[in-house]
Amino acid sequence: MPTVNYILPTGETRTVDVAPGTTLMTAAVKHGVEGIIGECGGVCMCATCHVYVNEEFLDKLPPIKDTEEAVLEVTNAERLPNSRLSCQIKMTAELDGLTVQIPTSQR
Amino acid sequence: MADGCVVVGTGQAGFEVAASLREAGYEEPIALVGEEPHLPYQRPPLSKGFVLDTQGMDEVELRPDAFYRDHRIDLVPGERVTAIDRAARRVRLASGGELAFQSLVLAVGAHNRGLPVDGAELDGVVYLRTLDESIALKQRLAASAQVVVIGGGFIGLEVAASACVLGKAVTVLEAQPRLMPRVVAPRISEFYRELHAAKGVTIVCEAAVAEIEGYGGRVRAVRLSGGASYPADLVVVGIGVAPNVEVAQTAGLPVSNGIAVDEHLQTADPAIYAVGDCAEHPNAFAGRRVRLESVQNAADQARCVAASIAGRRAPYTALPWFWTDQFDVRLQMAGLSQGYDSIVTRGNPGTRKFSVFYFRGPQLVAVDSINRPADHIVARRLLSAHVGVTPEQAGDESVDLRKLR
Repeated sequence: MPTVNYILPTGETRTVDVAPGTTLMTAAVKHGVEGIIGECGGVCMCATCHVYVNEEFLDKLPPIKDTEEAVLEVTNAERLPNSRLSCQIKMTAELDGLTVQIPTSQR
Repeated sequence: MADGCVVVGTGQAGFEVAASLREAGYEEPIALVGEEPHLPYQRPPLSKGFVLDTQGMDEVELRPDAFYRDHRIDLVPGERVTAIDRAARRVRLASGGELAFQSLVLAVGAHNRGLPVDGAELDGVVYLRTLDESIALKQRLAASAQVVVIGGGFIGLEVAASACVLGKAVTVLEAQPRLMPRVVAPRISEFYRELHAAKGVTIVCEAAVAEIEGYGGRVRAVRLSGGASYPADLVVVGIGVAPNVEVAQTAGLPVSNGIAVDEHLQTADPAIYAVGDCAEHPNAFAGRRVRLESVQNAADQARCVAASIAGRRAPYTALPWFWTDQFDVRLQMAGLSQGYDSIVTRGNPGTRKFSVFYFRGPQLVAVDSINRPADHIVARRLLSAHVGVTPEQAGDESVDLRKLR
């Protein structure tokens, strides 16, 4: 199964198996990865699953839709060029080994 | 059992109190007690993704089992609190035990209003609030062809849209002259009437249900007082909820349209708080006491109370916001529009992307956005920060609302 590396605000890395089709937010919540909240359940309403994506994977991600773009405007931690909402990234084989950094605050 | 915090209710509000207490560094015991047999779960998907099978059980649960162990939250499902002994600081449980508390949080939610007509008890008349009811609805839908939804509010319309997507013949009966009448402007009601009609849903407003007709104990049709009859093999009733106030009331706590709390979400007993659907609270954005039913209200009130209990007391001041997904259309609401006296539309409703800005006098009080997520997000900021917006600015798309300060 493809894996995702979540770098926690503490600097610790959690590596999680993520089934294709599962979002990075859902996988994080299911595996108790601290710092990803997903308060709205993954529907682009709340900005609590913000992550910074490792640059080398950026162009392999699905494009940012209007709903995500709007919410990225109001993330608690600073929005950077590699900011994404982890609820909008579904796992694929191509994303195996993806690394995302979790910001220090989500809300 | 030990002291600490007892949270009654395992919905979004109760879950969030427990989780936020730990996040805030609270070290005392936490018990999270609820009547339902399941792990705490989200309600929004129950009328949408969960019945459509695009979201599974594990996506509906808020956290896996291990979360509660890891955070030392004593989750007690399938248990009902029957009484609060305020003097002894204990709650009594239906199973016979008791839990002592230093702080008690009532996140006891609401229950569906029953339809007060003959035939409401027939097989095939269902309601939707809980996960079990959603599972039952999914099974019923699979075996049904003609679905009548009573109530054209959020839940009714979301169920109607889901049933329509599943290929059912769907009729929505709304008692008022328009859809979602308590929460949106006529312009948005009309948009939704057209949206549903275009998908093949029959919308009947000013529909006074007189009786649900059955045959052999099974629902057969819904008859209106005017005589019109709508055949149905499944009737879904979504006519609103009433707050669960009994335990609070019996304990001598003031209740009205909900458990009465102050701006710190404390009841008349400072050791007892109420949050979420059950809490009637003073809301600055409403300018009066209100009871709100939403994920935002549940989660933000829960965090406010958790902060108080953990020693960082602050009044509740969060902006209310809501959303509803029906077919491929998302309506996002920021603020509370009740009491508005004028509206301005931004964007063109013909494009199915527009926002309605609600004003009371010169003051912007709410914004409803249809497929315009950027408007919604900026509206949340403008309303939260009490930034002045004129009707002219709201209606002029050349004005970048994000730049207003």
